[in-house]
Amino acid sequence: MTYQFTVSPDFSPDYISGWFIFNTWLQRALGQSIHLEMMDDFQQLHQAIEEDRVDLIYANPYDASMLVREKGFTPLVKPRGGSDEAVIAVRADSGIDKVESLPPGTRVATTDDPDVHLMGMIMLEPAGLDQGSVELKQCGSYVLVAKALLQGACEVGIFLDKAFDELSRPIQSQLRPLVRSEIQVIHHSLMAGPRLDSEVEELQRVLLAMDQDPRGRNVLQGLGLVGWEPVEEEEAEFMIDLMETLTYSPG
Amino acid sequence: MIGDMHPGDILGEYHEEVIQLYGLGPRKVLVTEREAPYPDGRLIVSRTDTDGIITHVNRSFVEMSGYTEAELVGAPHSILRHPDMPRAAFKDLWETIEAGKIWQGYVKNLRKDGGFYWVKATVIPNVRNGEIVGYTSVRRKPDRRKVEECIPLYASMKAKEEEEVAQ
Ligand SMILES: Cc1cc2nc3c(=O)[nH]c(=O)nc-3n(C[C@H](O)[C@H](O)[C@H](O)COP(=O)(O)O)c2cc1C
Repeated sequence: MTYQFTVSPDFSPDYISGWFIFNTWLQRALGQSIHLEMMDDFQQLHQAIEEDRVDLIYANPYDASMLVREKGFTPLVKPRGGSDEAVIAVRADSGIDKVESLPPGTRVATTDDPDVHLMGMIMLEPAGLDQGSVELKQCGSYVLVAKALLQGACEVGIFLDKAFDELSRPIQSQLRPLVRSEIQVIHHSLMAGPRLDSEVEELQRVLLAMDQDPRGRNVLQGLGLVGWEPVEEEEAEFMIDLMETLTYSPG
Repeated sequence: MIGDMHPGDILGEYHEEVIQLYGLGPRKVLVTEREAPYPDGRLIVSRTDTDGIITHVNRSFVEMSGYTEAELVGAPHSILRHPDMPRAAFKDLWETIEAGKIWQGYVKNLRKDGGFYWVKATVIPNVRNGEIVGYTSVRRKPDRRKVEECIPLYASMKAKEEEEVAQ
């Protein structure tokens, strides 16, 4: 059979060809046929998961709970040394020097990356701000979040830390981070669905060995990664519990 | 497992209070008015077994509480119990999580050095194979205005509880 593979739509556009190369590499390493399909957005992704049309996924932590607890997915590996963290930034010449000074009605530039958006909103809470008391502007990329700040369309932006650090020098120099998250346990992971249950050990074996040969390292580089680390079952459960505390809202 | 607090650990002027811990009896705590600011961008995380004994703490927890990891793991979570917190808050917490639900609230915690810090805490039951095997608490930086609302509220709840005990 052909397995269906997809990548959470928050992947950086720089790595799109990298994921196709990874898929080719994986099919060879595993001796299995795998079809990679990129989804346009989270809605399309969730629909595919709901209809059991996904066997392998590079998943956002936000979707981990549903995948593991409702759809029986098994977490395989996570990027080595790579937790997801968020940065709250303002324009360098902004009068705002701390999150607590942001007033209700603040215009917030964000993306549809669910975990980064969530971490960002949690960092705005000390100012008494939530979804209802800010004006959200959803941008298609982090460069566009930066643009929204530079053009004065928004006062604060929520960035993935890596994306913020990769902004060009001239752009970065016009921005100022107010807070950086240091959560350390929220990460993307590669997960296998129930139809791949019999392949889980082999998948983990080939993925963990990937950085040991030059070709594998090349493929990893194409994804901006240095290697994979195993994800223990309890570690995944812990991250899911933690995400649930962060997404919880009373009433 | 948690003894009285020691004057040698305390930073600055303090006063003494005795709190009654559930199942553990009295504990003498030494309390100062020094507030430790919540570190930006961090989550303070701990996990317990089903009896509230700490099984895991993250680095931010260790830093904010002032205890070492070795002192925390194996201790009851009431090691952080501040005398200004009303009993009713923790009763509500335990009733909620034992029913398998999520509890959220503002908590004033006591540091080893006698100081305190406010958190917004969310506690979730850890369900594995349909059974509660422990609990996880994730704290974040609270909105100061919410804390200012809790201060008089908790004080009046506590006063009422003390009246009931006195009767
Ligand atoms: C996961 C978890 C985290 C907790 N965190 C705290 C805490 O940070 N501070 C605190 O005073 N009590 C905390 N508690 C509640 C304590 O177990 C305890 O109920 C409380 O300190 C009051 O003490 P008492 O129950 O002995 O009266 C936590 C309980 C659980 C299950």
